[in-house]
Amino acid sequence: MGIATEWFRRTFHRMGSPRWFFAGSRGWMLGLYLVGGALIAIGSAWGLGFAPTDRLQGNSYRILYVHVPAAHLAEAVYVAIAIAGAVHLVWRMKMADLAIAAGAPVGMTLTAAALATGYIWGIPTWGTGWVWDARTTSMLVLLFLYFGLIALRQAVPRAERAALAVSVLAIVGVVNIPIIKYSVDWFTTLHQPASIRIGERPSIDPSMLWPLAVNALGYYLFLVGVVIAALRAKIIEREAKADWVRTWVQGR
Amino acid sequence: MNAFATQFRRDFAISMRHGAEAMNPIAFFALAAFLLGLGLGRSTSRLDEAAGGALWVLALFANVLAVEGLFGRDREDGSLEQLLLHAKPLFAALLGKVTAHWMVSGLPIAVLSPLVALLVDVPPSGMFVLALTLLLGTPTLALVGAIGAALVAGTGRGGLLVALLVMPLYVPTLLFGSGAAMTALGGGDPSAELLWLAALMALSITLAPFGIGAALRVGQEY
Repeated sequence: MGIATEWFRRTFHRMGSPRWFFAGSRGWMLGLYLVGGALIAIGSAWGLGFAPTDRLQGNSYRILYVHVPAAHLAEAVYVAIAIAGAVHLVWRMKMADLAIAAGAPVGMTLTAAALATGYIWGIPTWGTGWVWDARTTSMLVLLFLYFGLIALRQAVPRAERAALAVSVLAIVGVVNIPIIKYSVDWFTTLHQPASIRIGERPSIDPSMLWPLAVNALGYYLFLVGVVIAALRAKIIEREAKADWVRTWVQGR
Repeated sequence: MNAFATQFRRDFAISMRHGAEAMNPIAFFALAAFLLGLGLGRSTSRLDEAAGGALWVLALFANVLAVEGLFGRDREDGSLEQLLLHAKPLFAALLGKVTAHWMVSGLPIAVLSPLVALLVDVPPSGMFVLALTLLLGTPTLALVGAIGAALVAGTGRGGLLVALLVMPLYVPTLLFGSGAAMTALGGGDPSAELLWLAALMALSITLAPFGIGAALRVGQEY
């Protein structure tokens, strides 16, 4: 117990230091790229090539192997950003702020990807790309919340202040997300014909679900790798004046 | 309670002394509704159904534009810093500040909205409900908007950024507000939406001042 706690505290504190994180994270990044990439390759080949065709939707359903992981991750990244924001506000960890800065563009891209793939899938299936469905609407709101995070950081002149302001905004946003989702859900149940409620479609067959699970896991791992890479770039940018960065740059 | 009353009296008196400035939100709201009616070709039939939603969106814009400068003057003359140092509790003082702001932005819009509604041909039956939704919804808009204004205070960037930050957070209020107005215009019973608006207002009164306080403290730190 004592040893485990000690190990955890040391690791946690080290990861809180940009220098330690930079030194130790290269291996993780490459490992996550490799494993995540392999899982995505397997899941995509399986899902696109070998999973059975849907009786009603034909082959167009296969876009879900991109759409579902992207949509899940887009929301998970926002929650992770809000947690990092709370950590930053309480303990003033520089790494938490850098994680927000690294994660926001990734989350925004995923949200855009989820919306775009949903639109493409909607054209043959629903007959229209955009509907005011509860999920599509709250996904679009999420995209605007990401815009806000990125715009606020650029608008506030000093990096330390921008970091705190963005942390506050991320927490405010995450408190609002359930309220927004609930209100949109309530609104659309009144105004939406039942035929295109995504939530109520029959559950998915295991032969289609397995490749999705593999793909989703691959997406998660790969995206953590991408965030670590972005984090490393932010560290070099923010710590540009530190001696260890100079030594590292000269050593290359 | 004392902190609330003190701050409220101070801010309300300042707004009253800048009389014309206090008229801006309602003037903007009326002007925008006028342009909307004009832009849609003065044909009454096209506006009937959408009028409730359209007026709500305009009220939302008026609110964003008004709330943006909420902390600017206080920050410049240093009284914002004094407020953050001395107000006990800060929660009550900030609530007083936002209430005073609402008295000159949200309240006039709600009270005068039936007159503006004439411009876009809202039938008399819908006017009362529209005013009621705005009365219940604009406090939420002011409180949530104040968080955005507090985050941006002192950066020298204003309007557009505040709008970008807070408008996504206005979605629930807009949905219930315009939903109630449109239900009433369609002849239905809007009480469910009105209750939801009241619930959102209660929630934002209890939570938003913490967000405003945190955002203002950030602005003082560096």
